[in-house]
Amino acid sequence: MRQWLNLHGQAMSQVIYRLRRNAWATFIMWCVMGITLALPGLLYIAIDNLNRVAGSVESKPQISLFLNVGIAPEAIAGLRQKLAEHQDIANYRFVDRNTAWEDLKRNSGIGAVPDLEQNPLPDAFFVEPKTLDPISIERLHRDLQQLPGVEVAQLDATWIKRLYAVLELAQRAVLILGALLGFALLAIIGNTIRLQVVTQRDEIEVSKLIGATDSFIRRPFLYAGTFYGLGGGIAALLFLLGITALFNASVAEIAALYSSDFSLNFLDIFSSLVLLVIAALLGWVGSYVAVNRSLAKFAFSR
Amino acid sequence: MIVFDQVSKRYPGSQEVLRNVSFEIQSGEMVFVTGHSGAGKSTLLKLIAATERPTAGTVLIGNQNVSKLRQAAVPYLRRKFGLVFQDHKLLYDRNCYENVGLPLYINGITGNEAGKRIRAALDKVGLLGKEKAMPITLSGGEQQRLAIARAVVSRPSILIADEPTGNLDEGYANEIMALFYAFQQVGVTIIIATHDVHNLDPQAGLLHLSQGELATWRPSNASDTKAHHP
Repeated sequence: MRQWLNLHGQAMSQVIYRLRRNAWATFIMWCVMGITLALPGLLYIAIDNLNRVAGSVESKPQISLFLNVGIAPEAIAGLRQKLAEHQDIANYRFVDRNTAWEDLKRNSGIGAVPDLEQNPLPDAFFVEPKTLDPISIERLHRDLQQLPGVEVAQLDATWIKRLYAVLELAQRAVLILGALLGFALLAIIGNTIRLQVVTQRDEIEVSKLIGATDSFIRRPFLYAGTFYGLGGGIAALLFLLGITALFNASVAEIAALYSSDFSLNFLDIFSSLVLLVIAALLGWVGSYVAVNRSLAKFAFSR
Repeated sequence: MIVFDQVSKRYPGSQEVLRNVSFEIQSGEMVFVTGHSGAGKSTLLKLIAATERPTAGTVLIGNQNVSKLRQAAVPYLRRKFGLVFQDHKLLYDRNCYENVGLPLYINGITGNEAGKRIRAALDKVGLLGKEKAMPITLSGGEQQRLAIARAVVSRPSILIADEPTGNLDEGYANEIMALFYAFQQVGVTIIIATHDVHNLDPQAGLLHLSQGELATWRPSNASDTKAHHP
């Protein structure tokens, strides 16, 4: 155990020493990685905020339930109870056919609705769902359609579905961009580590000859890669923090003109941690691949 | 301790460097490996130090068959040896102290324990005052002594040296040889390759190679000298 700690402490201090000796190169490396990571991070922040704005849109979707003509009052009472018990419903309103008929006659403006002998309108419920999430609204819509006595359940929320579809598309774009740039980071880190392996060729060769295990040789490079990744992640967070602060300063004026208190939210703690962990992991993997490829050249017969 | 049984070695794309070599070195012996350059001395040492594997035959080091060793076990076998290379293989970006410490660091020994051993090793080769010096500032003889300090710092049971006095003048060479005898006195097995056959100790063992074959094998302290004529 003590030996294990020693081996790790030793690799760590060696790496810190080297990073400090090449402070300028390390700094540039962190900036490059920070910018690469900040790009998808920025898109993520934008979409996250759009999502938040979409969630607070005031005009709510509505589901209209038109009941069978000539439905019995007991059936209406039963429906009323079912709607009251349904957990996805925020609010509902009943409009009986006579009121609706009067409204129509009054509001049509002409005053002379074609003089029908009979009221053609059905009784109706107007239901407001609790969430704006298109999937649960869809489910609620299906549920309501199947209630006894409901002739048609009509959902007027196509626009919100469209908005969410676009947002989902954008989220996928962030994933793809992130994956591509992550790959680029792997290449950057791998190449840097490969160069370090080359400059420490003598040391690696001697160490191997006098009995160093592969993991002993790999360890300092893995630490270096992880430090590069972690530093890059921190740099990315700083970039993002700066950009959102800059944006918020100028957006505050516009928002005030529209009497809105909109401002861009920064990444929450969880997402920031995820960013750091991913960055460190990329660094580790990049250097692992690079060192292993180089170590293969120092194989048994040399 | 070290047993070669009909060992042959061929590098890819070359002729056999060693052919049918068999001998057994006992623990605590001092053995010289002689022969012209190209006779296979370095290859023989590499086979002993497990940095090469034989093409045919078996190499046993302390009852371990090198050919059958898993790749992952090889580093631990190598730690039994102290190696002194023909070209020193010192690290020129580190000072003497750190160079000698390398085998200890590989074993996960650091701090005071390492410091004590490093100073003891430097003291033995007479370089205690040069802890902080960089190897490039040392003379050839001092660099060789530094390499020896690195080879003995982890107290190996076998010390292998390839032409340790090759590039040194006589005074330095005698110093270095005296060091090896001192280590033999404390029970270390010592194997030295050399092309300098003039002042070899008649008490020591002798492995004479000629064109990849073992021409003479004389164990140390043995009165009878047997030559192999294949």
